Amino acid sequence: MTGIDDTAVVIAFWVMAVVTIGSALMVATVHDLIHAVLFLILSFVGIAGLYITLSADFVAMVQILIYAGAISVLMLFSILLTPRSARDNAGVSYSAPIASVAILVAVVLIYAGLSTDWAYASNGFTSTAREIGNALLDPYALPFEVASVLLVVAMVGAIVLVRPTHEAGGTPLGEGEQF
Amino acid sequence: MAPLLNWYDFDPFHDLYHWLDKHVESWVVYLVAAVIGSAGILTFVGLGALVNVWLERRLIGRIQVRRGPNRVGPFGLVQPVADAIKLIQKEVLQPDAADSRLFNLPPIIVFIPAMLTFAVFAWAPDLVLANLDAGVLYLLAISSITALAIFIAGWSSNNKYALLGAMRVIAMMISYEVPMVMCFLAPVLLAGTMSVAGLVQWQQHHFLLAAFVPMSVLIYGLSATAELNRTPADIAEAESEIVAGYHTEYSGMKFGLFYAVELINSLAVSGIMASLFFGGWWLFGVEKVIPAWIIFILKIYFFYFGLIWLRGTLPRFRIDQLMGLAWKMLLPLALINVAVIATEVLIWQEADLGGWVLAPYAVVNIALTAALVVVFFRIVTARFYRLPTRVILVRDIQVPALPAPASSALRPPTPLPQ
Repeated sequence: MTGIDDTAVVIAFWVMAVVTIGSALMVATVHDLIHAVLFLILSFVGIAGLYITLSADFVAMVQILIYAGAISVLMLFSILLTPRSARDNAGVSYSAPIASVAILVAVVLIYAGLSTDWAYASNGFTSTAREIGNALLDPYALPFEVASVLLVVAMVGAIVLVRPTHEAGGTPLGEGEQF
Repeated sequence: MAPLLNWYDFDPFHDLYHWLDKHVESWVVYLVAAVIGSAGILTFVGLGALVNVWLERRLIGRIQVRRGPNRVGPFGLVQPVADAIKLIQKEVLQPDAADSRLFNLPPIIVFIPAMLTFAVFAWAPDLVLANLDAGVLYLLAISSITALAIFIAGWSSNNKYALLGAMRVIAMMISYEVPMVMCFLAPVLLAGTMSVAGLVQWQQHHFLLAAFVPMSVLIYGLSATAELNRTPADIAEAESEIVAGYHTEYSGMKFGLFYAVELINSLAVSGIMASLFFGGWWLFGVEKVIPAWIIFILKIYFFYFGLIWLRGTLPRFRIDQLMGLAWKMLLPLALINVAVIATEVLIWQEADLGGWVLAPYAVVNIALTAALVVVFFRIVTARFYRLPTRVILVRDIQVPALPAPASSALRPPTPLPQ
């Protein structure tokens, strides 16, 4: 059985760590917003790789499916729909305060990570999908349901916002009237 | 049986694995297996892309009553090679205003998901490159990367038509991903595993999953055709509307890579269809006579033939029709499907029934699917009924006669000028 201290896993961890942190740095330094989002996606993929080295295969797949597949596309769409940010967006303001806040957050996180007495998982890869499913539907059923209700509310809200009104003269697509 | 007769079988690899497992560390075994498996998959995919070019053009020619490529080699068999040489020789152009750092990435990135899909397929009982526990989820996660590559292609070209095409692809892919995820839930619930090899094994013990979850087969078939960007759903590269969509600005072999990826993705979709719903390498015991991997490849090409057939016969959808199909028909049907299958699995587990209960489930599900599809499509398509439902030739159109003026009632009709 392959463990977390195996040579291959350690190499994979360092490669993934470099990819994740390097692309995260690029997100902050690159001028073009689209490039920044693409580096952010690379960072998400790197995090998925880190999950795999932690033998959390299910979480890694969901990370790619949700973050690299769906959320990034949402970000790209919102950039394209914001005219000023689409191209030629070299202006950066408030860089000093944002950098100091980021450094503060990083210091707090690193301190918390180093000072916590972590519990060690058992060595070896096991399937996590079944455990996650049981956890979501048994002890964490209420948060799970609340989250889904929240998502449904958000979806209905989005539909209400973009729904064309007849007073505005817009007709919904798909009527087949223009045929 | 003499070992020489089994040259087409992969038993030597099996022996190699056991020998390696005893003598070297586990990561060496993994490395050897990964190299051999990847080489095998690369060979299959590379040859497949070549064969598919020929197969697709010949078959579509046949379907559309023309000859197709028949000049290069016997039956035009060397045509794909000639195509490739032509594409490699062509000048690779790049627009001045294109984002040059991003412009070259998409032809490479689109290959990654297409190739990675083949890793989780079970080619034979013990022939799986990566038997992932979350295999079905892996397939979905991988396929979502394609949308990104296409977006980068459309955006970096700095071309209106390319960007429009990319936006269309992404809107379509995101829409069809929803019913696709839902339809994968049904077989996973029934078999209790997300590993592709596990699903094939379950089907070996019970029966083809297509009999138990016919609705999933239907939904996956439709949404996979849409995700592939092939002709019934190729609004992303609709020549009559937006030139060539996201690959308008790509020329030479860069365009060739997009074209090859389309063919490889069709193979991948056929492979998912074959292994998730139609038994993978298992075929009622025939796999003991014919090697299992040949059965699996034959199944892949069976479904690929279906895709070619669709491409050869159907005209292109409009974008609103395509989005309507996803949100108004497939999504509700997928939700009903998941609810029905979940209830059945719950009854099966709680009442502690045996495997016999699957037979009535199959009957119920097939009947329910047929009824739902007929009823649902009637309701949703009701407003389209005034459109012609069958082909009418122009000369058969009945034009109502105009009422003749009273004065000319007795006069014979004037002859037409000759």
